[in-house]
This record gives sequence, C-alpha cells and structure tokens, in this order.
Amino acid sequence: MRHLNFSGEEILETITMVRTEQLDIRTITVGISLLDCVSDHPETLCRNVYEKVERVARDLRRVSAEISEEFGLPIINNRIAVTPVSLIAGRCRPEDLLRVAETLDRAAHAVNVDFIGGFSAHVEKGMTDIDTNLFAAIPQALAKTKRVCASVNVGSTRAGLNMDAIAAMGGIIKRAAELTAAENSIGCAKLVVFCNAVEDNPFMAGAFHGASEPECTVNVGVSGPGVVLRAIKAAGDADFGALAAVIRRTAFKITRAGELVGRTAAARLGLPFGIVDLSLAPTPAEGDSVARILEEIGLDSVGTHGSTAALALLNDAVKKGGAMASSYVGGLSGAFIPLSEDAGMIEAAEHGFITIDKLEAMTAVCSVGLDMIAIPGETPAQTIAAIIADEAAIGMINKKTTAVRLIPAIGKSVGDWVDFGGLLGRAPIVPVNTRSSQRLIARGGRIPSPLQALIN
Amino acid sequence: MTKKTKEGGTPQTGRAIITIIGSDRVGIIAGISNVLAEANVNILDISQSVIREFFTMIMMVDLAGSAISFHALSERLTRKGQELSVRVEIQREEIFKAMHRV
Repeated sequence: MRHLNFSGEEILETITMVRTEQLDIRTITVGISLLDCVSDHPETLCRNVYEKVERVARDLRRVSAEISEEFGLPIINNRIAVTPVSLIAGRCRPEDLLRVAETLDRAAHAVNVDFIGGFSAHVEKGMTDIDTNLFAAIPQALAKTKRVCASVNVGSTRAGLNMDAIAAMGGIIKRAAELTAAENSIGCAKLVVFCNAVEDNPFMAGAFHGASEPECTVNVGVSGPGVVLRAIKAAGDADFGALAAVIRRTAFKITRAGELVGRTAAARLGLPFGIVDLSLAPTPAEGDSVARILEEIGLDSVGTHGSTAALALLNDAVKKGGAMASSYVGGLSGAFIPLSEDAGMIEAAEHGFITIDKLEAMTAVCSVGLDMIAIPGETPAQTIAAIIADEAAIGMINKKTTAVRLIPAIGKSVGDWVDFGGLLGRAPIVPVNTRSSQRLIARGGRIPSPLQALIN
Repeated sequence: MTKKTKEGGTPQTGRAIITIIGSDRVGIIAGISNVLAEANVNILDISQSVIREFFTMIMMVDLAGSAISFHALSERLTRKGQELSVRVEIQREEIFKAMHRV
C-alpha cells in the first residue's frame, strides 16, 4: 500500500497490547511550582495555591480524554504534583498546614484529579521548624483529605540517614493509621517515606514537584506488565540474553507510546514536557502483574529463591529499553513490587510464599521499595521506624531510591485482610518480626553518609 | 487561529488508521466508507487480510478535511461497527509510528 507505512501485524500488535494486555498510560502528572504562592498570611498562601493549581491544571482532564481517544490508549490517572509544602509554608503552624492540605484537596477536586502529591518535606540532614510542623500535621492532613498525598525524604546517599526523622515517622504512620482506622487505615496508603527521593516522579503517592523543577511540567508514567508478560511467554524457555532482549524491545515500544502521549499532552496544555517514567506498575487486575512476570521467568511463586535475580533482570532490561526510546526517561523507572496492587503478590502473600524479609531483599534491585504492605495494627512505632531504617539503608548504600509505604491496619492481625478498593487493591496482613528494635530507634542522631569509594 | 469545526473541538489534521476486525461480510467497506464520506474524510488506502485468524481491514484516512471532530467521527464509526457486527477502531497514525518505527 502506498500510504500505509505499517504492516497489519504491527497495527494489530498495538491494538492487542491495549485490548488484551492492559497496556495503558498509568498517569499524566502535571507538576506545578508553588514557590510563587508564598505569603506570610496563611490565608493568602492558601488562596494563591488554590488559584494556581486550578489555573494550570484546569484543562488536564479534557486534554487527557481527547488524547486517550485519539491514540486509542487508555489514560488511567490524571494527577498533580506540587512543590513540597515545607518549602512554601513559611511560618505556618500545624493547624495552618492542615488548611494548606485542605486547599490542595479542594483544588484537586475542582480540576477533577484523584490525587495531588506534595504535602512533603526533605529532612535527610535535619529538620527545620516548618518541617517539624509539617510532620505534626501529616496524620490529620491524611485523615481530613481524600486526595492529598504526603511524602518525606529521610535519607540520601550524600547526607546519610536522619534517624530522628525516621523515629518520628514510625509514630506518624501509626497515628495516620489510627485516625483512618474506620477505612482500613487508608491514610497510610497516601504516605511514602523515601531515601534518595526523585524530583520528577509522576507516580503517587510519592509524587512531588522538586525544587529544581521548572515552573510547570508534564510528566508521564507508563505501565504495561501485561505486555511484558505476553512477550516473555512467547519467548518460551529462551536463555537470559534472549529474555532480556525481549523485555528491552517491549519496554522500548511502551516508552515510545508514553513519550508521544506526554509530548502531545504538554503541547495541548501549553506546558513543557518533562519525562517519561517507564515503570512496570501492576494493578490488581489479573494479567497486569509484575509477580506473574517473575513467575514466568521461572519461579513457582514469587517470593521463592531466585525472585531477586529475576527481578534484577527485569528491572534492568526495562530501564535499558526505556532509555533507548526516549531522551528524557526519569522518575523511578523500573519495576514496582507493591503487595496489595498486584494479584500475583497478593496470592503469594496469602500462602506465605513471600515474606516482608524477601520483599526487602527484592527492593535492593527493584525501582522503589516496600510498597503497600499491610502489617498488624499492633506493630509498635519503633518497629515501623526500624523497617524504614532498613529500607533507607538499602537505598543509601546502593545509591538508589527506596521507599516505604506500610499500612499498620488498626484492629487487624495476621490472617485478616484489608481491602482498599480500586487500584490500591487488597492484601492479607503479613507478619513482621516481633522482636523489639526499640533501643536502635531510641539512639537518635544520624547514620553518616557512606563512602563513595571502597564500594564492595 | 483555532478555527472551530461545526461540532466544536479543534480542527482535524493528520492521518488516522481505522482497523476493522470481525468476520467478512457484504457491506462492511460500503458502510464504513459511507460514514467517512459523510464526514468528508478522505480514504488514502485500504488493505484487507487475515491476521492471527482475524479478518482485518485497515484503512488509512486523511483527517484534514474532516467536517466533524475526532470524537464525533470515532462515535459514528463505533456505532456503524455495531450495526455491522465488527469492531472498528480509529487511532491517529502517530501512535503506530512511535511504537514501531525507530
């Protein structure tokens, strides 16, 4: 055919990816700087914040729906990331910060996005007064709003780990769980504790618009575990070199679709395009699972021996394919292993095939961390803090982003389930080690940053 | 600058690919072509073949002269597809270029 530049095979491949393998654009996230909203009156601050978010993101939903239809690609979420609130809140007291959170919630509601991220602070080296106030406001902010996501960066490879902040976060997670106990402690699903947080991550709950970002930007998160699963199934018992090539090629195509959507959305919104985050982000839908990919690589169940190696291969091949496809790959890019959001993970946890310890090991090679894991409600704050410390240590030493999003489900214990509904999924409560870490957490201070030489 | 079409939305530009999947029968090309003609959308190319056991017809169309919005066109095609018991998709050409061409 003279005009048709694609084979029927290629056209059908794209359509099949969407219709039967759940290829989608997981999120278009508009990053908005709030630095120019600063005011010494909390009321003015809130008004400025509302106006700016509403003005910049007003057309997001409409543009997103248009693009989805025109390219035949579902766009699942539309989200907003803003400058960490700790940077714009001046002398706000905790009660003022609560009003900022409520303002963000209202603005997100006004432009019809389901999550807005950036109720955040970066405290890896120490805490300012406003950071302390923001910490104090987090549990209430999560309980009183529906759409606001909070995140805290407690460590980095350059600065080490702020163990005081980590100790505090243990208590804050507990408090957020208690305040939202009636809704399965869902407040904690909107709270991420990072080490080496990235400033352009479009995925919730950890998205924020970093201080080094431009005025506004459009970032896109692409997913597609189902597409990768189908591709490696077709590869049969190929060796690892061939398997990596299959994953790379698939990641390449997915990323290109993401970049097209991101650039088109940016142009139509009149904002600069930022990055594509190519993350294999699972959903509870069967077939849309990272765990199933690992199992297809050759595991009886995710969580058994070999899981870390399989994940390392997957994560690296995804990045290589993505990096070839776009000049601006950013965010977290890799494979996510949330528990409650992945049908394969849920099944493995239900049967005890995967434990929190194995998940921790896997986070050394995945793109983020201990994510959406429900633990017994009676887990002490110090134990939660110690889990955060372990995870942050992995990130700090390995120069990668790690994160913790734990849900101590109040009133529930091992064997019970929590159901968050929708993309947040459902999960069995998994056991944590019951021996105390209290003395470790009580020490306080900072764990010094690691050597960048002698790296074995 | 942003001239509106009859049904609102920005004017159409570029090319799109229409994919029709289902069992072969009388009147499919006629039905789909009719919808396109009414919308003043020019057909640049048509091919049909059996791919992965499906009867597949692929059309490349030019949206430049379209009298209606992409959304309206897509809806009319879907409705016609239902009448003919085939699945009809319309997607901008760029998505295939992005995914299958380096």
